[in-house]
Amino acid sequence: MVTDQLIDPGQLAAEFYARHPHAAVTTFVGFVRDFNETSQVEDLFLECYVEMASKVLTELGEAAASRFSLKAWNIVHRFGTLPVEDPIVFVATSADHRAEAFSACEFIMDVLKTDAPFWKRERFDDEVVWVTVKGSDKDRRLRWVNKDKAS
Amino acid sequence: MEKQVSGEVTITVKFFSLIREAVATEQLVLEWSESLSTVEQVKAVLSERGEAWSTALSHPNLIQAVNQRVVFPEENIADGDELAFFPPMTGG
Repeated sequence: MVTDQLIDPGQLAAEFYARHPHAAVTTFVGFVRDFNETSQVEDLFLECYVEMASKVLTELGEAAASRFSLKAWNIVHRFGTLPVEDPIVFVATSADHRAEAFSACEFIMDVLKTDAPFWKRERFDDEVVWVTVKGSDKDRRLRWVNKDKAS
Repeated sequence: MEKQVSGEVTITVKFFSLIREAVATEQLVLEWSESLSTVEQVKAVLSERGEAWSTALSHPNLIQAVNQRVVFPEENIADGDELAFFPPMTGG
């Protein structure tokens, strides 16, 4: 799901553990970083194409569930203006074994970074700058495509 | 263009991020016609609105989505469809 309200990762994790007490659960939380390559970031504006993001995140969770035999999953992504250190994204995956839970969480984050319609704009030193896609993010996304081709 | 008795005869076009800023428009509605039946044709028509539009819509990494799915420029558009233009995504 997407939301313009503050995410509480602790509460989301506790709710997930209670609802899905399977053998292995992995959670990931991404926060607004306080620095970029050159400057101190003051805040982050996250634009979202809400209708498409909801669809993409649901399909991504379903793809991860199918690929890694998940028992359950949850993806929550924030949008709007976020101060430094606010949580941006919460991912939880639950499986019978840790390998699947870890891999599914990594898969979801790697695909989400480049395929879910969010755009980051950082503010620093009275400037606002749209964040561009990092080569490392593209590479991590591509790894899953290459694994698909290899299998 | 002759109006249909029932059903939509428009397409909605949305813009996000730096594309939205460049054209100073979040959303607009176009009357659908056979001459606007692909994404590429819609881009061409919108690019005639001025330099800001033609520059933004010729962004080298421009992504287009039809009904919330990323598509190639050759994708067909039908009446009632929602088209969106945006740069590469940077979520997470």
